[in-house]
Amino acid sequence: MIRVENLSIGYSGVRVGTNISLTVDSGSVLCLLGPNGSGKTTLFKTMLGLIPAQSGRVVLEEQPLDELNRSDIARRMAYVPQAHNAPFAFEALEVVLMGRTARLSVFAQPGEADRKAARAALSRLNIEELADADYTQLSGGQRQLVLIARALAQETPVLVMDEPTASLDFGNQVRVLEEIAGLAHSGLTVILSTHDPDHAFAVGTQVALLHDGRIQTCGSPVEVLTSQTLGAVYGVDVRVDTLVDGRTICVPSLGKSA
Amino acid sequence: MDRRASTLKVSRLNGWFKAGTALWLFCIVVVTSFAALLIGPYPLSPLDAIALLRQSFLAQSDSTDPAHIVLISIRLPRVVAALLVGAALSAAGACYQTLFRNPLVSPDILGVSAGAGLGAVLGIFLSLPVAAIQMMGFAGGLLAVALVGFVSAAVRTGDRTLILVLAGVVVAALTGAATSLLKVLADPYDQLPAITFWLLGSLSGVKVEDILPAAPAVMLGLVPLILLRWRINVLSLGDEEARSLGIEAGRLRLAVILCATLITASVVALAGVVGWVGLVIPHMARMMVGPSFGRLLPVAALLGAGYLILVDTLARTISAVEVPLGILTAVVGAPFFLWLLARGRRAWN
Repeated sequence: MIRVENLSIGYSGVRVGTNISLTVDSGSVLCLLGPNGSGKTTLFKTMLGLIPAQSGRVVLEEQPLDELNRSDIARRMAYVPQAHNAPFAFEALEVVLMGRTARLSVFAQPGEADRKAARAALSRLNIEELADADYTQLSGGQRQLVLIARALAQETPVLVMDEPTASLDFGNQVRVLEEIAGLAHSGLTVILSTHDPDHAFAVGTQVALLHDGRIQTCGSPVEVLTSQTLGAVYGVDVRVDTLVDGRTICVPSLGKSA
Repeated sequence: MDRRASTLKVSRLNGWFKAGTALWLFCIVVVTSFAALLIGPYPLSPLDAIALLRQSFLAQSDSTDPAHIVLISIRLPRVVAALLVGAALSAAGACYQTLFRNPLVSPDILGVSAGAGLGAVLGIFLSLPVAAIQMMGFAGGLLAVALVGFVSAAVRTGDRTLILVLAGVVVAALTGAATSLLKVLADPYDQLPAITFWLLGSLSGVKVEDILPAAPAVMLGLVPLILLRWRINVLSLGDEEARSLGIEAGRLRLAVILCATLITASVVALAGVVGWVGLVIPHMARMMVGPSFGRLLPVAALLGAGYLILVDTLARTISAVEVPLGILTAVVGAPFFLWLLARGRRAWN
């Protein structure tokens, strides 16, 4: 469970967002949508305690974030960054093992139990064959999956994912979304940012629409993601429709930009 | 995906070879060191050398015997010093490269060599005894890095790592200027050659007394690095990610810089500025065993020890005049580095 209370976010001297309040219970998925530059990343960094809140506070598993040290936080909340290029060619398994760091004492090395957890995380995402591969030689999508595996190996109740589907191909997007839904079903708290309203419809129990540093609306996907709100925030004309089986999808009306 | 993963696996050295790397490197270093004891203007046979070493160990040797003087008083300290300097510079280089997430970084990055150079040159300029010159070199190296740390702490904005590196460049430039000034002012017949020789690095005339303070300082720096080896891996992902994985990145980086600086300053004070070793050797080690710090550190140290023994033996044998180490390490290191670059991106990892 994670709660954001009246948070103001930003860097020294620059305010990026203000008045942000969110509550995400365990077992639910919050999808954060917002245009580029709306403050999603800054909000995530503040929620992770990587940059200090300008005012307000973040409460993680009933404890204020600023009362926890880094390894306390890392045992409660895992972060999946966007797929990046590592400077050195670690094996994918080693990258996943780094997720175990917060569970090791300062001078300790990961042991057999940690290797087991890392392998389990890889096989949960069906990528055990990547274990010995060089991380730097993997494709963007494979790297993203390895980073998700690392967060799973961290075995935390809260998972924060920065655009987890951005660099994935269509099949892997679906696989990752299924995995996210499964994680929430098993009781985890998941917060993710995405640029695709359909992903929010697919897995979101809640959606928050961030624009100009404020949460414009927050609620269930069908309430928040309407053609009016999406049109207002993104400045394009979109149609939100319901399929025969009752699911909702979002389609841009090309050539009719607002 | 399957096929790709398996070809990647083959492109790496296999696990058995990798695990045994430290062992066979150790054997090579032992053999090379022993060979280095025999080679020189006064050649010794292996059997004589073993007999002399045994006598000396049992305190039965004749210290006026020329063979004894050559082996025990001249070559042995020199070989030990070469091992220590090579291992220390390579270990420190491996640290800094991992810390700054850049395979092109050398142990000089934060100005330790420039500072040590200024300290030692000042010592020579003031005609201090050898031990005092070493002390000043050591203190100069530590002070330069402390200054870099202080400057980068005073700058509050921007990327911490970048500011640290820039501060290092600035401090190295300033101390370099001060060193040049001292060279201009120094006595050209007596002090200037000594300064030049020191700045190019050399192990000629190293005595046991010179090694005694350096060896424990190097060990003192190495032990925390060995203990922290897993966390240093995580730090190579960058500050934010390391912190999200539960590491106090700022504190860990400070500890690693302190240790690596202590190691570098101790051996620069002993041998002068020996370039290239700390840049090229960790590279080679990474090509052999991968970037994981727990394997990288011992392999880099062994490789560096063996390499410097070779280079130092060359330095004292290829001509009648002793060639400064820094010249040879550059002559060997620079082309090797070009070869690494030509091999392309793969070799950078």
